Amino acid sequence: MSKAKAIVYIRLKPGVLDPQGKTIGQAMANMGYGEFSSVRSGRFFELECDHRPDLEKRIDEVCRKLLANPVVETYKVELLS
Amino acid sequence: MKFGVVTFPGSNCDYDAYAAVKFVVNREVAFLWHKSESLENCDVVILPGGFSYGDYLRPGAIARFSPIMKSVIRFARSGGIVAGICNGFQVLVESGLLPGALLRNSHLRFSCKHIYLKVENYNTPFTNACPPGKALKIPIAHGDGNYYTFQSDLDDLQRHGRVVFTYATADGEVTAPANPNGSLANIAGISNREGNILGMMPHPERAMEKVLGSADGVYVFNSLVGHFEKQPANAG
Repeated sequence: MSKAKAIVYIRLKPGVLDPQGKTIGQAMANMGYGEFSSVRSGRFFELECDHRPDLEKRIDEVCRKLLANPVVETYKVELLS
Repeated sequence: MKFGVVTFPGSNCDYDAYAAVKFVVNREVAFLWHKSESLENCDVVILPGGFSYGDYLRPGAIARFSPIMKSVIRFARSGGIVAGICNGFQVLVESGLLPGALLRNSHLRFSCKHIYLKVENYNTPFTNACPPGKALKIPIAHGDGNYYTFQSDLDDLQRHGRVVFTYATADGEVTAPANPNGSLANIAGISNREGNILGMMPHPERAMEKVLGSADGVYVFNSLVGHFEKQPANAG
């Protein structure tokens, strides 16, 4: 049986300061890539599990409880199969 | 009265907090292991500094789900006194006991130095013994201490005296250059609305003897002792 795969993208909410993204953007500008006026950093997770009817609900739950901090972050789930 | 100090895997200020209680304010103290669910009848629970679970995911995000935290959350919600210091503060915001989040320091560097704190509210179990008007000299040691929250939460914190400590100059002036990490409104420590839960980034337990550079942390521990011992026995 094929496994279900999901990718979870975590982003900082707009307006939340991202010093890491800003520093990376500055480095890019110093390297000659000044056309990128904004860089925001984030992270992603790859999840794998057996197919189950409540899969989306379970992923959403664990995103809210653990993977993202809803105070400052948003998440987006991409189901791959 | 009895203090409890939680030890998570990666805590590194647990012994400092334990020693502060045992050898400086001379009260009973126990270590509380993260896998246990018993608070061992402690009156005050301290969540210490360190790097619980290696700061993986976000500081405090994984520690917040340890077995001991079930009991700490229940204890805190029923009015028990809980103090989270540094990583302990991060655990408290991750667990939802305090509002907001602690982001990466705005300058992206780990900061380890003495700073000064203005006591913004003296009417708490954590600050009642602090000398009025005196800025406390206390060390910070963190990479993620940049306090952030929604404007509505900030308004509520400020309106209800829930900002307990702010970063200030040695004279107690709250200025932008005195802010070591970019925290909103220079916030260094906050409480819940009821006032029984405190989270703070600076380390009072590392400022317990003059030989360590400052003994101002003693005021915080003395406040806790005073909070319990000025009440009649068995109260609360």
